[in-house]
Amino acid sequence: MKPEESATTGADLLVKALIDEEVEVVFGYPGGAVLPIYDSIFKQNQLRHILVRHEQAAVHAAEGYARSTGKVGVVLVTSGPGATNAVTGLTDALMDSVPIVCLTGQVPTHLIGNDAFQEADTTGITRPCTKHNYLVKSVAVLARTVHEAFYVARSGRPGPVVIDLPKDVLMNKHDYVAPTKPVEHKSYKPITKPDRALLHQAVELMAKAKRPVFYVGGGVVNSGPKASQLLTQLVRMTGFPITNTLMGLGSYPASDSQFLGMLGMHGTYEANLAMYHCDVLINIGARFDDRITGKLAEFSPKSTKIHIDIDPSSINKNVRVDLPIVGDARRALKGLIDIWQKKQPKLDLKAQKAWWAQIDGWRQRKCLAYKQGAEIIKPQYALERLYHHIKDREHYITTEVGQHQMWAAQFLKFEKPNHWMTSGGLGTMGYGFPAAMGVQIAHPDALVIDVAGEASIMMNIQELSTVAQYRLPVKIFILNNQYMGMVRQWQELLHGGRYSESYMESLPDFVRLAEAFGAVGLRCHEPAKLDDTIKEMIEIRKPVVVDVAVDKAENCFPMIPSGAAHYDMLLGPDDRAAKPVSEEGMVLV
Amino acid sequence: MSNRELASSHTISVLVDNEPGILARVVGLFSGRGYNIESLTVAETDAAENLSRITIVTAGTPMVIEQIKAQLDRLVPVHKVHDLTMEGPHIERELALIKVKSTGEKRVEALRLADVFRAKVIDAKTDSFVFEVTGNSDKVDTFISLMAALGLVDVGRTGIVAMTRGGEAL
Repeated sequence: MKPEESATTGADLLVKALIDEEVEVVFGYPGGAVLPIYDSIFKQNQLRHILVRHEQAAVHAAEGYARSTGKVGVVLVTSGPGATNAVTGLTDALMDSVPIVCLTGQVPTHLIGNDAFQEADTTGITRPCTKHNYLVKSVAVLARTVHEAFYVARSGRPGPVVIDLPKDVLMNKHDYVAPTKPVEHKSYKPITKPDRALLHQAVELMAKAKRPVFYVGGGVVNSGPKASQLLTQLVRMTGFPITNTLMGLGSYPASDSQFLGMLGMHGTYEANLAMYHCDVLINIGARFDDRITGKLAEFSPKSTKIHIDIDPSSINKNVRVDLPIVGDARRALKGLIDIWQKKQPKLDLKAQKAWWAQIDGWRQRKCLAYKQGAEIIKPQYALERLYHHIKDREHYITTEVGQHQMWAAQFLKFEKPNHWMTSGGLGTMGYGFPAAMGVQIAHPDALVIDVAGEASIMMNIQELSTVAQYRLPVKIFILNNQYMGMVRQWQELLHGGRYSESYMESLPDFVRLAEAFGAVGLRCHEPAKLDDTIKEMIEIRKPVVVDVAVDKAENCFPMIPSGAAHYDMLLGPDDRAAKPVSEEGMVLV
Repeated sequence: MSNRELASSHTISVLVDNEPGILARVVGLFSGRGYNIESLTVAETDAAENLSRITIVTAGTPMVIEQIKAQLDRLVPVHKVHDLTMEGPHIERELALIKVKSTGEKRVEALRLADVFRAKVIDAKTDSFVFEVTGNSDKVDTFISLMAALGLVDVGRTGIVAMTRGGEAL
């Protein structure tokens, strides 16, 4: 046989390489440049393709899939508009460290740079919104590039990787040789093993602490379920309080008495005050984001700071720390536990007791309290009831972005990692519904709920068609206040109540909209009927859209106004007159 | 805290894979994150290993410089990042080509000064010279400012290349 006859096409070779990477599902949308790949997918049945209705949704679905399984999410889109539509999803995955491999079609190599039909400079456009990207110019390096891309996406701090595939590369032939050993990269070798001496220093600092607090982020979730187990073990061994970032929720069981809730702009009073007053701060896998720190000059001013992170560029970026430790969270936690057990440090128990008494005092402020009347449903109440009905079932929560997202973070309890997917860094409205599809594909029997707002859900509403096609029983739980709620809240607090363009005119009838797509629509106006509506939603084994009419004027509290310090929290509607927002704060987002 | 620390200039040497788009990655990182580039030099330095060296002069507070190095280091095709300003004594050189058009006394004076600065004449016409001068940036600056009065037409500069002193490799 001539070599040409024995060889496979680039497209077939790509599919083989994906299968060797243990890819089971690809989220995508076809087009001219990727037709050879779709042909290869057609001819096999190991790799499942999920057809979305918009490329942005393909990336978010892959993110939901990746974050609920710990695997790499895979996306396949065509050249030009296919690739540019994926950009928001890629940026989202970069900000939230989600491992994604996104295959984009490209015009044939000889046409690149000629402004060909559906040509875009995909590697140029995606360079700043990916961890790395590749333009494959020859079929000879295609397989190697695919395996390297998976390695880059999943190792170190995970992130999205784009592989741009010119059509001629997909049609040319070359033999496929499966990798015999794990792919290594000649320059990209992230540090995962923390320095043991530094871990010893960390234990010493922790042992001497009088007012310690753990501040834990998404890095622990990304490090795998074992890391969350180790975290729980360490926190219980020490008896220290712990707070989670938005991305870290689920890394420590929310029902535990040592858990202070989420911290940051809409975090709890007790978590934020513990951050302000602590003397030793142990940051594991969080990045001192501006939504966490508030006013930097007054961020945790009295503490010695330990920061464990796999990404050296996260350390000393916003906040100077005293003990930086580069490494994987799981390995660092394992090391800390080993050293702690060997040393059996004598803690200052009297100081610890006083610290907890102080924290319990802050807890007595009941910062998440709200008043539910008989007439109008409060969004917080809707979420509390939702949690009551789902807590004993295996469930996954995704959200869109805005007030409902913050209320979900405050009122739903996350006991396990990988069960909470939300767009934290980029704050992408339209994330939650496609992410929920990805979660449901990975966990067909689980209850998957997208907690949404009526504005956000409109951003990727076309995916109702996808859930109908694949019979994905995703639940969309809309807290409908007829406003872009967070925009409205800021306009009320910062812009004199001038609600510029934040009212959602001409909303669809969500019940009939759901029905038009073959889903079930439910509506609820009254507090008294809420429980029945939620129960009905859970029982229906089909996609369900629930339109819950909630209080239009409700604001999300507590709130640290932008530019303010942790002790400067607004606890409720009566609190705000006393604390006007500074001019410095006005310019911040 | 950070804005009270003083900004200073640092020369950073970055060893990278010589692949398409690598310069765009480095430059995009600087523009995207709001860092300064005062000087940038790049060329292949090891054809067998397919490596290029990028020499960047940048300015920032110690925290910003630390951040720049960490950000550079996490780019996938970057092998090594060295802050020459922090890592002991090093030498910096720059090459400039300077075109001067003049006649008479000015032409003679230009040639005389070129001799003082050990600049070479690499092109000559009856009414013009192109000089090649190498040295640290101060010397090149000074030579160019002297030529301004003597018929300076064009300047081309390479930007800084730098290396540590002594026999050790980076």
